[in-house]
Amino acid sequence: MSKLSKPGALYLTIVFIILYAPIFYLIFYSFNSGGTMNSFESFTLEHYAAVFEDTRLIVILLNTILVALLSGLIATILGTLGAIGIVSVKKKQLRNTILSLNNVLIVSPDVVIGASFLILFTLIGVQLGFASVLISHVAFSVPIVVLMVLPKLLEMDGSLIDAARDLGATRRDVMTRVILPYIQPGIFAGFFMALTYSLDDFAVTFFVTGNGFSTLSVEIYSMARAGITLTVNAISGIVFVITLLVVVGYYFMMNRSKAPSLEVRQ
Amino acid sequence: MPIKAKGYFIPYILWIVLFVVAPIALVVYYSFLDLNGNFTLANYANFFSAAYLKMALASFWYAFLITLFTLLVAYPVAYLLTKTKHKRLWLMLMIIPSWINLLLKTYAFIGIFGLYGPINAFLQVFGFEPTQMLFTDFSFIFTAVYIFIPFMILPIFNSLDKLDKTLVYAARDLGATGWTTFRRVVFPLTVEGVKSGIQVTFIPALSLFMITRLIAGNKVITLGTAIEQQFLVAQNWGMGSTIAVFLVLIMVVSMLFTGTKMRGGRVG
Repeated sequence: MSKLSKPGALYLTIVFIILYAPIFYLIFYSFNSGGTMNSFESFTLEHYAAVFEDTRLIVILLNTILVALLSGLIATILGTLGAIGIVSVKKKQLRNTILSLNNVLIVSPDVVIGASFLILFTLIGVQLGFASVLISHVAFSVPIVVLMVLPKLLEMDGSLIDAARDLGATRRDVMTRVILPYIQPGIFAGFFMALTYSLDDFAVTFFVTGNGFSTLSVEIYSMARAGITLTVNAISGIVFVITLLVVVGYYFMMNRSKAPSLEVRQ
Repeated sequence: MPIKAKGYFIPYILWIVLFVVAPIALVVYYSFLDLNGNFTLANYANFFSAAYLKMALASFWYAFLITLFTLLVAYPVAYLLTKTKHKRLWLMLMIIPSWINLLLKTYAFIGIFGLYGPINAFLQVFGFEPTQMLFTDFSFIFTAVYIFIPFMILPIFNSLDKLDKTLVYAARDLGATGWTTFRRVVFPLTVEGVKSGIQVTFIPALSLFMITRLIAGNKVITLGTAIEQQFLVAQNWGMGSTIAVFLVLIMVVSMLFTGTKMRGGRVG
């Protein structure tokens, strides 16, 4: 195909700038000593200091990370077991039904997931707070783990397992020394996706969080509803740097280990 | 594959029953309950009243506009990206903003569209009076399009990337103009990517409630806003569930319509 034309390059540049402008706009004003996002008075780090001095905010930040790590871990275990279970199903129709059920939570609108989980937790008596948030994050992360692990299992050569069995490996050995190492990049990618789902979620958490427990997204929402505070800008500065590091780190790691690419995130 | 692993399956099946089947069943069940927990069809009757239908139609219209503009911006981007030298790297750079917390990006637009924000400052240079752009349809649609663009770029880029280049050369050799080649060859062959792009934009656009609250004030009410309103403000779970049932039905219909397999995205 032809090379990138001048107007084409210009168009790409414009979209590129528009995509990043709001983020840099936020970060730029996080250094503003005036209290607004309009006129830059002078450089200050006070808003960053405010983030780290605010114990409540730090607790929320830690909660968010804790929920992400824990839910990611549990969802990865459940999802990997699920994917292994799915490939062991022989009947094609049953397998497709399970896969469709698996994908329901991926395609469902967040509001519906949040609302239905709220009903569920209220009925079975789970108190709204840390537990309900953690359980919902596990619940909506499981299907993406399955989808990341499944292709690895399907591309695996069945004769590897036969060979291991012939050579005297027990079922357990086959699992821990053949299957799990083989699908490990998929598991890793699944865990990573579960983390980002959890960190990014607002709507579901908003429904099931109750009073007293909050994650970063929910907190930013209530701060933003109250108006502009440059503390939020400082948070975005921190979040941007962390996100960049994680994405770039993941990109290089995946380039080496050929895991399913992040593009499944669609 | 000779894996025998029925035992591993139990926790996963429990997950499906508890968090996939049960919630759907509960929403359907609750949609038939009134505020006192008695069986009723009033919620459905209510949904077909003029006020709700108008809201649903408006929500559709907004979601349609958001999807259309997102597609119009994202397709050329995806197309041009396939022509860049380090296309994977550029793709990643275009996608990174989608990894930044959604709430933060939305918050940025509160400042950008504000009365004293940069857009108004820019317009003032040309002698326009500052106007309140926040809480308008324009600001709502712009913010939503901004948020969905990376999600639309990805599937389209993937289908363009898979496109066999020789087909394009063949078309050109046979005398097709650039536009004809695009219309008759490139676009039809990438329509699957466009469909998945539409899927990951349209349904989330119908159910947005955070952006409507923050950027559109309470002027724009989407189906998502209505559900949130019923569940968390009015505490009318019955009515909220009824709207949720319709949202799910619309989702199923649109998935049949776009004809792609279940694959979606989650954007607040």
